[in-house]
Amino acid sequence: MAISIGKLWQPAIILVALVLSIPILTIGGFVFEPSGDNWEHLKQTVLPEYLRNSALLVLGVSIGTLSIGVSTAWLTAMCRFPGKKLFVWLLLLPLAMPAYIIAYTYTGLFDFAGPVQTQLREWTGWGYGDYYFPEIRSLGGAISMLSLVLYPYVYLLARAAFLEQSICVLEVSRTLGCGAWCSFYRVALPLARPAIVAGLSLALMETLADYGTVSYFGLGVFTTGIFRTWFGMGDSVAAAKMAALLLMFVFTLVVIERVSRKQAKYHHTTNKYTQLPEYQLLGFRALLAFFICLLPVLFGFLVPAGQLTSWALLTYQEMLNESFFRLTVNTLLLGLSAAFLSVLLALFLAYGKRMLGGRSVLVSIRIAAIGYAIPGTVVAVGIIIPFAWLDNTIDDFMRQLFDYSTGLLLSGSLFAVMFAYLVRFLAVSLQTVESGLGKIKPSMDDAARSLGYRPRETLFKVHMPLMKGSLLTALLIVFVDVMKELPATLILRPFNFNTLAVRAFELASDERLADSSTAALMIVVVGLLPVIYLSKSISQSRAGQSNHE
Amino acid sequence: MNLKHLAGVLIFMMSANVLASEVNVYSGRKENLIKPLLDRFTAQTGIKTNLVTASADKLLTRLKNEGRNTPADVFITVDAGRLYRAKQAGVFSSVDSEILNTAVPDHLRDPDGQWVGLSQRARVIFYAKDRVKPEQLSTYEDLASDQWKRKICIRGSDNIYNQSLVASLIAADGAEAAQQWSNKLVSNMARPPKGGDRDQIKAAAAGQCDLAIANTYYYGAMLTNKNDPAQVKAAQAMGVFWPNQQGRGSHVNISGAGVTKYAKNPQNALKLLEFLVSEESQKWYAEVNFEYPVSGSAEISELVKSWGSFKSDKLNLDVLGKNNAEAVRTMDRAGWK
Repeated sequence: MAISIGKLWQPAIILVALVLSIPILTIGGFVFEPSGDNWEHLKQTVLPEYLRNSALLVLGVSIGTLSIGVSTAWLTAMCRFPGKKLFVWLLLLPLAMPAYIIAYTYTGLFDFAGPVQTQLREWTGWGYGDYYFPEIRSLGGAISMLSLVLYPYVYLLARAAFLEQSICVLEVSRTLGCGAWCSFYRVALPLARPAIVAGLSLALMETLADYGTVSYFGLGVFTTGIFRTWFGMGDSVAAAKMAALLLMFVFTLVVIERVSRKQAKYHHTTNKYTQLPEYQLLGFRALLAFFICLLPVLFGFLVPAGQLTSWALLTYQEMLNESFFRLTVNTLLLGLSAAFLSVLLALFLAYGKRMLGGRSVLVSIRIAAIGYAIPGTVVAVGIIIPFAWLDNTIDDFMRQLFDYSTGLLLSGSLFAVMFAYLVRFLAVSLQTVESGLGKIKPSMDDAARSLGYRPRETLFKVHMPLMKGSLLTALLIVFVDVMKELPATLILRPFNFNTLAVRAFELASDERLADSSTAALMIVVVGLLPVIYLSKSISQSRAGQSNHE
Repeated sequence: MNLKHLAGVLIFMMSANVLASEVNVYSGRKENLIKPLLDRFTAQTGIKTNLVTASADKLLTRLKNEGRNTPADVFITVDAGRLYRAKQAGVFSSVDSEILNTAVPDHLRDPDGQWVGLSQRARVIFYAKDRVKPEQLSTYEDLASDQWKRKICIRGSDNIYNQSLVASLIAADGAEAAQQWSNKLVSNMARPPKGGDRDQIKAAAAGQCDLAIANTYYYGAMLTNKNDPAQVKAAQAMGVFWPNQQGRGSHVNISGAGVTKYAKNPQNALKLLEFLVSEESQKWYAEVNFEYPVSGSAEISELVKSWGSFKSDKLNLDVLGKNNAEAVRTMDRAGWK
């Protein structure tokens, strides 16, 4: 029995990966078509700039998310200071904030014509050019915006990793003469590296796929370039070539990380878990910790949410109606079902990788997860083309055979929307589940197996309880991501079907920020509920942790 | 429930489906600018409307790929460049309707009857009243002159309104002159292009530049903004200038629509188009979104009237679509971000 499952598993994984990579293969297929003058034109004019800007953006967001994410994760996991319990979940809040929304609100605030600079000019009598003020719509601005909403990925995974670390290694490091900083740098940080890198790569893939923020800021990067070429010049071949370049960019990042990690494996050697002894911070250090945690919450959430609220107070009466309620329900249902599906799929893949190994499985899984770095619109087009083709082929076939038209089965259905979510967000659940699974020592599997558990039982009775935190994290991130997802939903959805993100974006892109605020705020509020609930569960999920923390 | 009942219900449902009078719309116009009109159409005719909105370019991709099985009967979008692309993609069918032909002037309709304009939008020059006298202004071409060095705010080149403006310059002055113009315009920009049309008007009002290029309906929406006094104030500091009045007229573009080639409800689709150019709908566009009607007989709002009457460029908008790719390349070469 076990053998036959094992035999089916590998092909099943490869099949799943293949199905999920249909959109990418579709786009990739364009690369081999002969390109016209546009490709030459792009190479000569704008491509070098796209490359440079994308590289700088990735670098900047790496620095931003790492410094914010890791420092706050360490502080809230290992230290005690005023407000810590609140910060544990407050720090997650920016996750609920779509990047394009935060970009809109900050631009409204800090633009030359915005209230801050206008006030400044009124106080000082300065005019244009008399003073320096950082330009929000710039590369630096985009880096700040994206870092502020993406650091929670690093924070979440890093904190979970810190919490799941066996206390023994830390104790050993202390007895070997390491101070608090030293055990952080030399023990905790290296041990948490897979989780931190997983969080960072999520943040970076999202950065590369971002369109809303960069296009609003007028930055020439890969995504804006792809859009322009495809939809502006109508040249799908040149656009696909650019998308392929983007993918190479992502692969390079992945390879660099793999190479630098070499053969290191990250399992804990003991399974002694006790309540973590927290470092009590006092005086100036407590204050510093407080501010380190406060700033990202303040700028990543409180300021933009405050701005949204003040707008929403002006406009909510016109915006809140029965259709708004339906939007909210749609959004919730979509988010929940996509989150569950995606985590199930990730579990299936990650577990298969662990049990089977092998190059073909590994490669399949990597391919299945690449969709996260691809802009939603590109994924959507990569779905429209094969789905419509399949629909039309079936239709032709049925017409010829039975003189009956089946019409469109997949295109324009919620299935297409859901499929897009899986393609886009599988990486999120996969990374999280994998990093959770990675921390369970293979010796545990061996023990379970030698005690007579079959693989499935090992999964449910040994791994699941240990991985509860990671699974919940994966659910949470996918749910929030789907809530915020815009371009694929927009283009693939059926008739008369709206989500909150669609509503918020339509109004915002019509330059009606105040009107869009109610929907945007609702995304944030709906996103908050699972964030709060799950952050509680995560903090309780550590092995050996009592439930009354 | 026995089988007979079930079969009866099924047959009823199927026939209801067939008989249901409806029309399916793919719209590049945002929901809030099309749904109210669709609802009125339903109220008047009893024909149910179903709507998907998204960016027009991507809807077109969907429409194209769905082929003959597409559920869409009508495709609505803004900008003639996109209507042209849809026509090139072969997703429209030609219609010949007396009502459309009388309501909409020739240059706002496709020569082959594949699409028809629904509303006009003018892209004009806004000037800061305290720094610029309208006498200093004359044409789009003049925006490239040295007197406007670092004084102009305009949005990015990936915006289709700008692409169409350049496309109209290519049509009027030739490709080479349009290239010269773009090069000069880039050096006349007060800042690298960013933000939307409203942002240009705001920046000019705040003193970052003296002139802003924008569509007039954004200006109307700013002037009447109930929630943000700063927008009203910014718009009030700016004046409208209608360029090229001595020559070909100011650049206008349209929102438009066509009946799809594989429409399942072509009659209803045509009815919808005719409804959209009716005086009632035309008035709605002018009042709600401050656009200009395509039909001369429709009334425009007091506010829109106050910007003055103008002569519009009568270039057939089909040409904007033809010149689009060349326009994008021209802007790239000029370094227009």
